Amino acid sequence: MFIFNLYNCLNTYLILGALLFGFGIYGLLSRRTIIGMLISSELVLSAASMNLMAFNRFLAPDPAVGQIFTLFIMAIAAAEAAIAVSIVISVYRNYKSIDTKDIVDLHG
Amino acid sequence: MQATICQTAANPAFFSAETFVGIIFLLTMGLILVGALIATTSKRLVRCVAGLAVCFTGVAGVYYFLLSPFLAMMQMLIYVGAVSILIAFGIMMAKPEEEDMPGHQITPFAGPLGFSVGALVFAALSVLSIKTSWQAFPRTGSADMHHMGILLLTSHSMVFELVSIVLLLAILGALVVARRGRN
Repeated sequence: MFIFNLYNCLNTYLILGALLFGFGIYGLLSRRTIIGMLISSELVLSAASMNLMAFNRFLAPDPAVGQIFTLFIMAIAAAEAAIAVSIVISVYRNYKSIDTKDIVDLHG
Repeated sequence: MQATICQTAANPAFFSAETFVGIIFLLTMGLILVGALIATTSKRLVRCVAGLAVCFTGVAGVYYFLLSPFLAMMQMLIYVGAVSILIAFGIMMAKPEEEDMPGHQITPFAGPLGFSVGALVFAALSVLSIKTSWQAFPRTGSADMHHMGILLLTSHSMVFELVSIVLLLAILGALVVARRGRN
């Protein structure tokens, strides 16, 4: 049964990562609030690190390097989420809304 | 296929350990799918965060299948435990409107357009990953924690220190940005 052996194939992980990436792009383009866009960007980041881990497991000569890189991506993602949430709180305080159609002062 | 990239076992029996592991992997994939679907299409943002946490749990399971239990633990701690909770707090502080439907937009075609772009990216990446013939390099190191710790403090020590500075600056910046204008 091929379907029970999917976890040993590189392509499974790559397609799963592409699926997460596609979901993230869709959410980024179609969400209306900043927090929804932040959630989708987290999906994109985790898709990238899943791809790296798949290459690390199947192709890389030293399998520790990919894990270290993914650890760094996690640290950057945590910092990014903290900054984004603080910006959301600041925007809400100034505009009383986090809807992107209300935050158009730079619209020109 | 290459032997290292797609190791197909010689047709294991249905009631075997390999089949059980395969079923667990399928469940993990389903967790990721359902979580991502909820996170991107749900109307209410609280449900989106819950879907995000489910999706991150599935990704942690995939890390476990990729022979890295340490990163699976880190994924649970950082993403499920910290980032999702942080976004949930952001939602509580900012009180967004109840309806945040994708496609409920300033421009009416942002939803279908976003969907088609996402589907296009997914299809392109999938075709690319299937068509490419990947070549594995011979293994030189091991994936255990001991080796990883040594690498973190020798050949990757610069990035290690830089990440700590980035985290410190992020904490300070988040405090400064969130405090501004608070009489």
